[in-house]
Amino acid sequence: MDSEALIIFFFGGVLMVGVGVLVSNLVAPSSKNTQKDEPYECGIPTQGPSMIQFKVGYYLFAILFLIFDVETVFIFPWAVVMKKVGMAAFIEILIFFIVLGLGLLYAWKKKALKWE
Amino acid sequence: MNWLYDFSYLTGGIHNSLSEHFEPSTVTLIEMILAGVAFMILFAILGLVLVYAERKVSAFFQQRLGPMRVGKWGTAQTLADVIKLLMKEPLMNKNADSFLFNLAPYIIMIAAFMAMAALPFAKGLHALDFDIGILYVSAVSSLGVIGILLAGWSSDNKYSLIGAMRSGAQIISYELSVGLSLLTIVVLTGSLQFSTIIESQANGWWIFKGHISAVIAFIIFLIASTAETNRGPFDLAEAESELTAGFHTEYSGLKFAFFFLAEFANMFIVSAIGATVFLGGWMPFHIGGWVGFNNIMDYIPPIFWFFGKVSFIIFLMMWFRWTFPRLRIDQLLTLEWKYLLPVNLMNILIMAFLALMGWHF
Repeated sequence: MDSEALIIFFFGGVLMVGVGVLVSNLVAPSSKNTQKDEPYECGIPTQGPSMIQFKVGYYLFAILFLIFDVETVFIFPWAVVMKKVGMAAFIEILIFFIVLGLGLLYAWKKKALKWE
Repeated sequence: MNWLYDFSYLTGGIHNSLSEHFEPSTVTLIEMILAGVAFMILFAILGLVLVYAERKVSAFFQQRLGPMRVGKWGTAQTLADVIKLLMKEPLMNKNADSFLFNLAPYIIMIAAFMAMAALPFAKGLHALDFDIGILYVSAVSSLGVIGILLAGWSSDNKYSLIGAMRSGAQIISYELSVGLSLLTIVVLTGSLQFSTIIESQANGWWIFKGHISAVIAFIIFLIASTAETNRGPFDLAEAESELTAGFHTEYSGLKFAFFFLAEFANMFIVSAIGATVFLGGWMPFHIGGWVGFNNIMDYIPPIFWFFGKVSFIIFLMMWFRWTFPRLRIDQLLTLEWKYLLPVNLMNILIMAFLALMGWHF
């Protein structure tokens, strides 16, 4: 089988959830109650909206991740051909890692890795 | 009993008998559907078995008996739970974003399902054998985080939002370590294809052949994959004592069950990848040069080796959960960015040097 079989697995996932939700809707009881529509926050009425602007720290880590994940994608093909290319590949990745490490050190020094 | 040792007899047999009756395109279609159905069944069985195992193992760690009432030793407990969850009323907040709220379980399950497609279960028993196997699995399995973020955001619940944000930061951070620790072994194999990686371990698993670097990579992989599946000491996304249930607080009934099922499926997937890359997948325990010993080991069918190794890693992950206290979010991010990531980068360099000098076995 080739990569077109991925479509089957995609629809397999869709089918599994879809059928499950459908059956659940058919057999599950349903009763209306205004209390049921409330967010579950330990019984106390919710204060203010919940879909709010959130702490920027998470966003910072997302950006850091983006940088390093792109680097990882570069390392993937390198790792595959490393043994064939030999010493040249090792030197190159050494330079690459030094630059990468400097980036990490910069983020570290700027306290981007510190959670406040 | 030949098929138990090499599943290509079985799959090839099915392929040939189908080819006699149908055209090639129809054969492909039927095989794809068969594979899809087989994986759905596997998914369901995995869910049932792993939930039961988790409850029993947890119970034994705490000197309890665990579920005992439904069936012999409580073996039918998970089945009863599924029926119970099926009969529960699906609830939703009045302010929730209903489209995203309903979409989230789909995304999580699709990601788990597609990641599982590339796993090699035994010799000749795999749905897809990509030449970019590891890249594909790490790419697809990281899609699940979108579902988690959607679930937390659309629920209109502050606990859900905090849980989802924590989970997002955690999963994307530890994904780096998972990828890099796998790359440490890819340096040695020179291939991302699972079947090639397994074949390269015919004279010993990489964790034994790859010196101390492979051991470090395996430990990092274990830590990072535990974090990536939101488990064990890293379960602060669903820390029940502070966030009720994290990102799936608002979900009820079967939709909640899907989040749970996906978590266990992801646990199986990361364990299977770890077993394949570090512990030889379905390859029996071989020592290079010991022909007699290797032949004896070959008597145990590959599929038992695979599931044995996977269960071992899953057991380790359950063990972690009851051994270490839960981390705080700042400790979690410090561990990844200040310890695991630099160590991992150094480790790849050392491994590359070892591979270059030919100092591995």
